[in-house]
Amino acid sequence: MDIKEYISSGILELYVYGALTEAESREVSRVLKEHPEVRKEVEEIENALQKLSISVAPSYNAEAILARIKQKLGKKADHKVIPLESDKGHNWVSYFGWAATILLLVGLFFVFEERNNLREQLTSEKANAAKLEQQIADAREDAEKTEELLAVLRDKNVSKVPLQGQNAAPGAYAAVYWNKQEKKAYIDAKELPEPPRGKVYQVWSLKLEPLTPTSIGLLDEFELDDNKIFTLENANESQAFGITLEPEGGSEAPTMEQLYVLGAVAAAP
Amino acid sequence: MQQDGLILELQNGNQKAFERIYELYSESIYGIIYSILRDEKIAEEILQDVFLKIWNNSSSYNSDKGRFFTWILNIARNASIDHIRSKAHKNNQKNLTSDNFVDILESRSNFSGKADAIGIKKYINVLKPVCKKLIDLLFFKGYTQKETAEELDMPLGTVKTRNRACINKLREMLAE
Repeated sequence: MDIKEYISSGILELYVYGALTEAESREVSRVLKEHPEVRKEVEEIENALQKLSISVAPSYNAEAILARIKQKLGKKADHKVIPLESDKGHNWVSYFGWAATILLLVGLFFVFEERNNLREQLTSEKANAAKLEQQIADAREDAEKTEELLAVLRDKNVSKVPLQGQNAAPGAYAAVYWNKQEKKAYIDAKELPEPPRGKVYQVWSLKLEPLTPTSIGLLDEFELDDNKIFTLENANESQAFGITLEPEGGSEAPTMEQLYVLGAVAAAP
Repeated sequence: MQQDGLILELQNGNQKAFERIYELYSESIYGIIYSILRDEKIAEEILQDVFLKIWNNSSSYNSDKGRFFTWILNIARNASIDHIRSKAHKNNQKNLTSDNFVDILESRSNFSGKADAIGIKKYINVLKPVCKKLIDLLFFKGYTQKETAEELDMPLGTVKTRNRACINKLREMLAE
């Protein structure tokens, strides 16, 4: 900044008058603090203006007016000055201030801790609630399935076909509840052992003469199904049902060595 | 000259500092108030009010915003203008023949002892009419640069440069 030019611009005179905007004044104040020659110039302008305003002042009793001002001052000064001049009071105020600050910080810390604890508690409560909700949903689903099963069993169009254990698994047992009209077969596989890893049960519809097996589906996710009831489509004129253990994905034709259970459909009454 | 230490003392509630401030500024502030109100008794009352305000509000002065002299100048002008607007003034209004500070210098003889007013009066008359106008509006009446430019129908920049020339002239005269 060219200080000489700045001074001769006339901005300093306006500054002393108070004729600049607040932002402009702040800027001049800043320059003034950085440059002693600007400060000197401002002081000279101020000095000239003070002389000018003094020149228009009528004579007056400055001392008498000051005395009157001081009378009014005294009253106000009492409230104003005492807290500042009283050092003891000041220190006590300061100690209390610090003590209060420390108490406040300790308090805040506890509040913060408590808040974190509550938040953790809330999170675990939420998890519990979610778990319970899931259980309720599961139970409701189970109940629905059970009702559905009951409906299946009670349906007069359903015929029950018990499947007995064969050579591969003599202790095994299963049942097919077959709704011929709706072309659905419900496989109750509760008494089948869990299939070994990589193997899956495959359900076959059989015609006996000649023996013709037709796959009606796999008992997928056997171990995950709690009630071990599987619903399969069966549009065949089945005469018997069999379940074999097959490699994952099932087979085109049944592996007869792995025939677990087998049962014939009772002749229609 | 602005004494920053003194102002700080004032802001801390030091009554001695206040008395010193009064000594330094009361006469010029009285001149400002008188130039606006043109009544010695009322001007004295306003002078008291202004210094009470200086005492009570000293903490609101901030050197980042401007000069201390400018701060009290504003308080004095505002207090005077407030009085003019008040009912008391309207009921008590007189026909004022003079209309700026030059008229006061020309029409009065009971000047304050401290300033060589008669000397100034002599010099003031040397000032160009436009200088008298500019100084009257900007200094005594507290117009902003913009208001002055509008009042005198003069570009903003011209207000600044012309006024600078006028104040330089005044300073020269005072230095003689």
